Amino acid sequence: MDQLIFFINKVLISGTVLGSIYALGAIGVTLIFGILRFAHFAHGDMMTLGAFVAFLLALAFYHYGITFPIPTGFVVLPIAMAITAAVALGIDRTIYAPLRRRGAKPVTLLIASIGATLMMQGLIRLFFGTGQYSFFDYGENKSIIRLDMSWLGGSRPITFTEPQLIMIVVTAILIVALNYFLTRTRLGKAMRAMADNADLAQVSGINTQLVVRVTWIIAGALACAAGTMLSLDVSLKPDLAFNIVLPIFAAAIVGGLGQAYGAIAGGFLLGFAETLAVFNWATLLRPLQGVLPNWIVIPPDLSLVPTEYKLTVAFIILIMTLLWRPTGIFKGAST
Amino acid sequence: MSAVSRAGLLYLGLVVFIVAVGFWQGTANISLLLLQASAFALVALGLNIQFGYGGLFNFGIMGFLMIGGFAVTFISYPLNLKFWDSDGPLLLLRALIAFAAGFALVWGARHADRIGVKGGWKIALTVLCWFVAYVVYRSQIDPAAEYIEKTAGFVGGLGLHPVLGWVFGGVLAAGVAWIVGRVSLGLRTDYLAIATIGISEIIRALIKNMDWLTRGTLTVSPIPWPVPGPQDYQASGSDNITSFIYARLGYLAATLVVVAAVMFLVQRAYHGPWGRMMRAIRDNHIAANSMGKNVTRRQLEIFILGSVLMGVGGAILVSILQIFDPGSYQPINQTFLIWVMVIVGGAGNNWGALLGAIVIYLVWVLSAPLSQALFYFISDWSTRVGWGAIPEIDSRAPQMRVFVLGVVIVLALRYAPKGLIPEVVRRDR
Repeated sequence: MDQLIFFINKVLISGTVLGSIYALGAIGVTLIFGILRFAHFAHGDMMTLGAFVAFLLALAFYHYGITFPIPTGFVVLPIAMAITAAVALGIDRTIYAPLRRRGAKPVTLLIASIGATLMMQGLIRLFFGTGQYSFFDYGENKSIIRLDMSWLGGSRPITFTEPQLIMIVVTAILIVALNYFLTRTRLGKAMRAMADNADLAQVSGINTQLVVRVTWIIAGALACAAGTMLSLDVSLKPDLAFNIVLPIFAAAIVGGLGQAYGAIAGGFLLGFAETLAVFNWATLLRPLQGVLPNWIVIPPDLSLVPTEYKLTVAFIILIMTLLWRPTGIFKGAST
Repeated sequence: MSAVSRAGLLYLGLVVFIVAVGFWQGTANISLLLLQASAFALVALGLNIQFGYGGLFNFGIMGFLMIGGFAVTFISYPLNLKFWDSDGPLLLLRALIAFAAGFALVWGARHADRIGVKGGWKIALTVLCWFVAYVVYRSQIDPAAEYIEKTAGFVGGLGLHPVLGWVFGGVLAAGVAWIVGRVSLGLRTDYLAIATIGISEIIRALIKNMDWLTRGTLTVSPIPWPVPGPQDYQASGSDNITSFIYARLGYLAATLVVVAAVMFLVQRAYHGPWGRMMRAIRDNHIAANSMGKNVTRRQLEIFILGSVLMGVGGAILVSILQIFDPGSYQPINQTFLIWVMVIVGGAGNNWGALLGAIVIYLVWVLSAPLSQALFYFISDWSTRVGWGAIPEIDSRAPQMRVFVLGVVIVLALRYAPKGLIPEVVRRDR
């Protein structure tokens, strides 16, 4: 029983948390690819930016002594999401829209998005330096929830933090809301139509400009949510972005670029793959030692890859997907 | 204004700019900047071959620079006798045999259809063989790595001349590029960009964490200087600054020879039938394919050629800095910087890529002291107005480099999408 609890603590919970963040980021990447046909490299920095917006808002709340029963980071999340969405629209208008009007190839937009990522990263580092911040340095503390498992014969509790719990709930709400939007509303259907065939969508009277704007709003808001929740779970760093944008791309590609549901699946798949790969299987097998013959000794470390290679798991999965099924699990778009 | 005179004017402007920077920063400094810029020029020419000639989106430049850096470290760093006297080489040999055995196993599984294993069974067998090969290799390399790190630190170098290291950097990069190209060149544009970024991150993780081979984040230094160094000039009686200037100019002469030779060759290649074929593939690979050109093979060829230049450039950079620090490699400082160089200079035009490399490198380096001066100026002003000074200017100013780079590329894409010296498209024949 203890082994199972250990497994839940180490794999199930952290995999779900990581998967939620990847999924939220990957939805944005995949929607932008579906509508505008380019890989938006600035997505990671949009996440960082959103997280810093939320952080500043939370600081303002702390400053005026306003407290809530849940961590302030989550309370300010809707405002921060709105601000980040506005920033995303602004970036589109100043950087990408002129290029699109000129009829530039999607690849030019990809390079422009690298320019955008450099500008955002430069500004964030200029204002916030290179140090670490935490939402929980200002009087609030991360409460830890322990579920007692003694009624099932476990001696250790299932442990997770309050932000992790809320994060999973928020992710679920956002995904359900997105699903409702994409399948039930006119605009959502227009968006899917445009992702399938942009020219056909335009001639059938869909306002493509509006769809583009909505795409940026959704992508920016979800990026902000993902970034804020990541920094609530670990810490807020200006270079948070670059370590996260590549696994997010991996998740979007594994799910099939352009497929929102694929991105969610890909995000959770990668989140669990990463945690499973560094999980030490020896702890699960140890109780079997009594049953096994003496000449089989379970080594102390049976993890599939060493912890320092955790991030590379995502890339290896990415490359294997590109090799064997370039369109992803759910059949995605290609350029 | 003809294209040639435009290019001439731009290069004239560059010379004036360099002289001005020289007066501002001092001769010792500008010679170091030019030295590094010449190494970056080599890398930019490499990318220009891949992207400008062939239209390939290689976003894994950082990985090739790291490979070059590792190669020159391994060749030119002095021998580590502690390692050669220990059981390390034997253990590594065993790991190599395990690797070969694993490789043979996987190769066998991939050809299992010859003995009648087909379909799903073959896939299952291949996956199983991969797993077994991985376990066998890990079971040999892990103890070897631990033993070497404990007894000798790392394997050390071979103590040969650094120029051999540059050559080896090119060879090693070619080998890796062959594998990377075989794996990923079937992909186009965005997918290729992401795949190569992913691969370069894997390379970075490997080089950073294989402490037994590269010393990882502990860094290796000093890596020997390929031409007479400052100490040699000091020994013959020069003062400090002159010795640095002589040493750097001596090195610059060596890199300029390399750059000039490469420039000559790539220009010849561009104007030859080979270059024409590559441009045909870039502009319309389907049409080129239907004309009987082997697109995949040609692209692999061009990918390897470009990567060789990147590997050599990376090796030269490391022997300039005299330190190999895998932790210092970042996609922003390597991959994206090179991309900005080529896009701003003019993709497809070697003179453009060369100009872009030097200009962007100088802009990249000099924007830190410039913005520092600017911040001090604003800070003075805001103090006098009573708004208080800007805090921590010295640590903030270097961050402006990244911002400036972003602004430059966005402006270039908007107002000069073909670059400063665009590719000349001949339509007369």
